[in-house]
Amino acid sequence: MTTRREFLKTGVGGALLLNIAACTSPPAEDRRAVVLAALIPVFLDGALPAGGEARSELITRTIAGVDKAISGLSLATQKEIGELFDLLSFAPTRMIAAGIWSSWPDASPEAIGKFLESWRHSRFDLLKSGYAALHDLIFGAWYARPDTWAAIDYPGPPKVE
Amino acid sequence: MRDPFREGLASGWKHVDASELAADRTFDADVVIVGSGAGGGVTAEILAAAGLTVIIVEEGPLRTSSDFKMRESEAYPDLYQESAARKTADKAINILQGRCVGGSTTVNWTSSFRTPPATLHWWQATHGLKNLSVEAMAPWFAAMEQRLHVGLWPLPPNENNAVLARGAAKLGIPVAVIPRNVKMCWNLGYCGLGCPTNAKQSMLLTTIPAALTRGAILISRLRAEKLEFSGNKAVALTATALKQDGLHASGVKVSLRARHFVLAGGAINSPALLMRSKSADPHGLLGKHTFLHPTLISSGLFDKPVRAFAGAPQSVYSDHFLEQAAVDGSLGFKLEVPPLHPVLFSTTLQGWGEAHARLMREFANSQTILALVRDGFHPESRGGQVRLRDDGSPVLDYPLNDTFWEAARRALLAMAEIQFAAGARWVTPVHEAAVGYNNWSEAKQGIANLPLAPLRCRVVSAHVMGGCAMADTPERGVVSDEGLHFQIENLSIHDGSLFPTSIGANPQLSIYGLVARNASLLAAALAGKPRPAIL
Repeated sequence: MTTRREFLKTGVGGALLLNIAACTSPPAEDRRAVVLAALIPVFLDGALPAGGEARSELITRTIAGVDKAISGLSLATQKEIGELFDLLSFAPTRMIAAGIWSSWPDASPEAIGKFLESWRHSRFDLLKSGYAALHDLIFGAWYARPDTWAAIDYPGPPKVE
Repeated sequence: MRDPFREGLASGWKHVDASELAADRTFDADVVIVGSGAGGGVTAEILAAAGLTVIIVEEGPLRTSSDFKMRESEAYPDLYQESAARKTADKAINILQGRCVGGSTTVNWTSSFRTPPATLHWWQATHGLKNLSVEAMAPWFAAMEQRLHVGLWPLPPNENNAVLARGAAKLGIPVAVIPRNVKMCWNLGYCGLGCPTNAKQSMLLTTIPAALTRGAILISRLRAEKLEFSGNKAVALTATALKQDGLHASGVKVSLRARHFVLAGGAINSPALLMRSKSADPHGLLGKHTFLHPTLISSGLFDKPVRAFAGAPQSVYSDHFLEQAAVDGSLGFKLEVPPLHPVLFSTTLQGWGEAHARLMREFANSQTILALVRDGFHPESRGGQVRLRDDGSPVLDYPLNDTFWEAARRALLAMAEIQFAAGARWVTPVHEAAVGYNNWSEAKQGIANLPLAPLRCRVVSAHVMGGCAMADTPERGVVSDEGLHFQIENLSIHDGSLFPTSIGANPQLSIYGLVARNASLLAAALAGKPRPAIL
């Protein structure tokens, strides 16, 4: 069974890159927030309002929701998710593994969409599972919030007295 | 709304939340039971009733009906293993398992089937389990059906289930009503998030309260780490108190000593505990042949609202496709439906961006069918294997092979045909490459050509079975048909890990019935009383 780390060592970035990726500052949560701030509008296109203050506020809330979801995963899974975001944060591995050549805030929705499709349909199980993790974290964080339910005609749980 | 569990605590039931322990502790009892789900709960009630002192160890938190707010954002992290995101090693199968007092019985969808005769016959013929005949097991199932108020669901099915019934009827496929373990059920549809009205007759409401009333001690947020052995006996269980977050060790250690130990932590955690303990495994069978009923999903859109979030989640099923071939022939599958809630549905549904948003906007008109593939009978369906990560936590390897995918394709076809027959205007397999179909002939052609592979086609499971299989001899299994470990004389396994194959039906009643039998035999042995009659 190839772990993500073994795969990266042999398959994409090499041990050196991965080690550098894990050691770069700033703190992991801040780096994750930068990646998520770019991915969330693409995943949630059609669900997020098109613009304005509400949009950025909702993105912030969704990032917080992803943080909360990650904090409830097993410690082993949290470590893997940490490696995934290390990979996406560190410029050389971001370019090689995700094909995103600009920084995340400068990446176009088209480039990000291309990245998502390339991982989703990759021949490497590891990249497919990376896409699936992002998919589940972001949609889970979004639809967990009652303010997203009106748009999908979900009345929320009934009252029980 | 009354909260009978909190009333019990107020009346003096003994519960220790290990996250609140300030110093290391030692406990002694006749029997220590690890796990408070279907197996642990039934065992606790029966042993306590025999006058034995019992301690129940549960890794998850104690949550009771007043805590059940029917919110996915709270229920998944609180009540499920790994926040309902437990996965196989390759991440290809998502596994739903409870982790709270009551285990999966607190969060399951209440479907209550006896072990199918075909499964019992196979165990008798192939695994040497001659004692487990349909006739011999019937009284144990009957007793547990009565204890847990199992009965055919008397109300009309919700629309989500009605679609399965209607589509199947059009195609001449027989369906039947699902027996459920509920009493005075409000028909809300939130069983998976903890029953807020105490209708579900889970372990949280039945056997565990009965055991606590007789003086048993429940310790929650305590992770069983290791059994210590002396010769061929287990002498103590060492356990780690968890912090309030349920993940990190608090630093407090708990040691539990007992005459007898019962493992009932489920088919991933029970083998893992024995593996961490380096228990005797002379034939290399521990944690092997773990089964999942790997499950395929087909989602359809209807013109009128389905509201799959409302009403009893599972009330209709079909075993038609389990009966098309011999039990060890090409894999059969059971058809049921799942309740849909926003997080569960949105994370399961393929795609992103506008394509995903468009489907979510039709959430209320979405209907979904599940096909639970019966694994473990066909010679090429050998299940998975539990192993330990470096930190000692368990992970399941479960390879999905061609034998499975052949059944998966038949299942996706069958479900789409039923959905179109019931009036769906659009159907898609939950699959990354599927774009959906507007009619049955499109679907028939599309699904025939769909590339089926892990992480392409979504596979899920809510039924983990096997890993400490019963057999007649130590060469073929880990425990006897009474759940007694072949090498460790004072150790029993009382959970789904006993099963030498999958069940071919939702497994809760199979666990209740078998464990009621084995706990009764154990109680007699430990209390020095005559064995109950077993056929």
